[in-house]
Amino acid sequence: MGGPAVKIQLKVNGTAHTSEVEPRLLLVHYLRDVLNLTGTHVGCDTSQCGACTIMVNGRSTKACNLFAVQADGADILTIEGLAKDGKLHPIQEGFWEKHGLQCGFCTPGMIMTAYQLLQRHKKPSETEIRHFLEGNLCRCTGYHNIVKAIQYAAEKMA
Amino acid sequence: MAQAKLFGSSIKRREDPRMITGRGVYTDDVKLPGQTYAVFVRSPHAHARVRRVDLSRAKGMPGVVAAYTGKDMAQGGVGPLPCGWLLPDLKIPEYRGVATDKVNFVGHAVAVVIGETPYAARDAADQVVVDYDVLPAVTDGEKAVQPGAPQIHDNAPGNVTFRWSIGDKDKTAAAIKGAARVVKQRLINHRLIPNAIEPRASMASYNSATGELTCWVTSQNPHVHRLLMAAFVLGMPEHKVRVIAGDVGGGFGSKIFLYPEEVTVSWASKQLGRPVKWTAERRESFVTDAHGRDHITEAEMAVDRDGKIVALRVHTNANLGAYLSTFAPLIPTFLYGPLLSGVYKIPQIYCEVIGSLTNTTPVDALRGAGRPEATYLVERMCDLTAKAIGMDVAEFRRRNFVPATEFPYQTPVAFQYDSGNYEPALDRALQMVGYRKFRADQEAARKQGRYLGIGFATYIEACGPAPSQVAGALGAQAGLWESAQVRVTPTGKITVFTGSHSHGQGHETTFAQLAADQLQVPFEDVEIVHGDTAAVPFGMGTYGSRSAAVGGSAIYSAVEKIKEKGKKIAAHLLEASEADIEYHEGKFGVRGSPGRVKTFGEVALMAYLAHNLPKGLEPGLEATSFWDPPNFVFPFGTHIAVVEVSAKTGKVKLVRYVAVDDVGNVINPMIVDGMVHGGIAHGVAQALYEYAAYDTNGQLQSGSMMDYALPKADDLVSYETDRTVTPSPVNPMGIKGAGETGTIASTAAVANAVMDALAPLGISHLDMPLTPARIWAAIQAKKH
Repeated sequence: MGGPAVKIQLKVNGTAHTSEVEPRLLLVHYLRDVLNLTGTHVGCDTSQCGACTIMVNGRSTKACNLFAVQADGADILTIEGLAKDGKLHPIQEGFWEKHGLQCGFCTPGMIMTAYQLLQRHKKPSETEIRHFLEGNLCRCTGYHNIVKAIQYAAEKMA
Repeated sequence: MAQAKLFGSSIKRREDPRMITGRGVYTDDVKLPGQTYAVFVRSPHAHARVRRVDLSRAKGMPGVVAAYTGKDMAQGGVGPLPCGWLLPDLKIPEYRGVATDKVNFVGHAVAVVIGETPYAARDAADQVVVDYDVLPAVTDGEKAVQPGAPQIHDNAPGNVTFRWSIGDKDKTAAAIKGAARVVKQRLINHRLIPNAIEPRASMASYNSATGELTCWVTSQNPHVHRLLMAAFVLGMPEHKVRVIAGDVGGGFGSKIFLYPEEVTVSWASKQLGRPVKWTAERRESFVTDAHGRDHITEAEMAVDRDGKIVALRVHTNANLGAYLSTFAPLIPTFLYGPLLSGVYKIPQIYCEVIGSLTNTTPVDALRGAGRPEATYLVERMCDLTAKAIGMDVAEFRRRNFVPATEFPYQTPVAFQYDSGNYEPALDRALQMVGYRKFRADQEAARKQGRYLGIGFATYIEACGPAPSQVAGALGAQAGLWESAQVRVTPTGKITVFTGSHSHGQGHETTFAQLAADQLQVPFEDVEIVHGDTAAVPFGMGTYGSRSAAVGGSAIYSAVEKIKEKGKKIAAHLLEASEADIEYHEGKFGVRGSPGRVKTFGEVALMAYLAHNLPKGLEPGLEATSFWDPPNFVFPFGTHIAVVEVSAKTGKVKLVRYVAVDDVGNVINPMIVDGMVHGGIAHGVAQALYEYAAYDTNGQLQSGSMMDYALPKADDLVSYETDRTVTPSPVNPMGIKGAGETGTIASTAAVANAVMDALAPLGISHLDMPLTPARIWAAIQAKKH
């Protein structure tokens, strides 16, 4: 059962938000249902699929695995905040150039995971990319072009 | 003009900008004022009588709007879910999506609770009290049809829903009797769970003032959903129902079918006068999305002294689960038996199938749908037979190919193959993989105790099921044509409304390429609309790799009509004979008179101004086509998997994967390659990882993404792909189909590779999935 509402303050894609939320409200539901940021998807509820991956305080995080109250004070980046001034981020560009998506449902999570990967490794090998994507499932691409998309972005960002 | 190159170009997808920026609109993203949320209460038992469903506590919970039992819905006029493919003497159990008195699989709904928020509905659903009398369950198809098995439905004695056969039984028996060598094998093609990454969802909004129901559904075929829901289940006038399937996050077959949930939210919205939304939790997807495969087969392949196949005999038990899902009877019959000739000349084939009912989730089409099962069987039997007679597996296949000179080729199991040329694809794949060198490396590795294996699948696929008349004679309750409408605006821009549905296939790009190429206008001038019954003509949707071959041909045909009408207008404006008008580079011109031209835009404008049209010609410029193909199209190819198996752990490592496909002419090579990649991953995963495991009580043991091994990026490799091109004569563009080839070929290729690796250890066959535990146990058993 839900407890009394709790006030949270956080920053999402550079915009400050103050909300009253049920303590049990999942962060992903807060983003989708309260802030209407529906780019972050729910694929499994149990943290395997990675479709809900976002950045929380600079770390890639599965938003289905955190309560909104745990994000009080956090700085969050979602897929909607990645392109700046109408210009795609190189990872987004890579997914488009290299056909790294088909149905597009896993894509926001894939891109956010790749964002973290490329922060940590400037030039990851194919093996490193594949290993880093272990928390993100795609049913359409067989991962082939996702790997290529991330390699494209790495080159572009170098 | 560069336009001529649009067909065949790897143009970047116009779907992508919205999807890579989080601006796609999937069903769960749709929000309406006053919307409510449905949560289903589901049976934890595989087989039980429902004695009582008590909603009183649930209804008293805060934030609850309503709660209904299956009986409430039946009394409220909701009918059972229909089956859309009627085989002769088919036993159809009545499928109440929300059970009224008996549940027959874990996950079968017994009640629905509707709340102001999803959390309130979830809380209340936990307060629904259901009394069950648990009955013995049966989950295995073979056991279900044995005497003494628990009976699931009164109208399907012995749990048999159909018995079906194809081919000549006596001639096949005679050919086997007279053969030089007969190889027998029992093959289990295990059950899979589709797992599109987007869970199924639906949102219904009934407007009591207009009597209109608008329903957003994660559907591969919105018109089929509308028809089945309106006419067969809800009893609503079809034209008052609008089904919208916007962005859909993958289907793989699982979103073709009519499910209980969209019916329930539609009915509930009408009761409540408020929108009702349901989105599956992944654990619901596991037990309610129609599963795939689940065959147990006894197969016999017979050869003569030269290694030529003389006969194939197959007996299959196809487990269809607790009820017949929308197209369930089609899959293990007409999409299975006719594929058993593969790419080979096999004089006699006989196949009989028993459709069994069990206390499991219903089974229906899953990527490939019958064709992966047939291909696995044929290709495994080829390997087993070749090895039994001491022939190289590639040579055995080559020797039995239907020769390129024999097309169209009539098989003994109904299909007539449209076109084919099988050797070049095999040759190219052998070259890419370096076959001779591999065999030498394999020999050397074996001496060091390393077990490398190579596996082939020289497959055939049948796409774009057709024609409607034949399908009707075989039991289809639907046509297999596709629709397209082309509307030209007064400024010469083009909107194409297609009955095909894209849920990852990229139609907004490829169909625009097709139409723009045909009209020789800029790609940007063509817009594609799909997925809304209020916008597009009645369409059959997307499955069976039919969109380009069938939906694309409907567009082609409609565009031709536009050109024909344009010629009439241009001839009139240019004061020339219509027969002298030719269409070139986006202009109507008079043959032999360069400069006497009207552009496509000028003709379009006059069509709408109507100030100067030929006598009797209607204004406007639009055309509709319904394309009913004369036959299936038959892509083919050679896939080769290379694996290494650890004899210590039993773990299989996929080392290389080579795929040479022939899908006829290709609109967008990048998109076709992408579909091949995804298909390969799906099929590799069946061979090595995925397994829907039921225990004997009917509990799904692999019912979450923690237990069910969807392949991850590091379980797979980068694929090496190429194509040969043998156009199809069936449609005007020579297109075949590409959405399922990867899945159809790869399971057999990988299984054959693993068996090739294990051959020196004396292991000739293991059933899938080829997990480390299974392989390790087999190796140990050989040692002792």
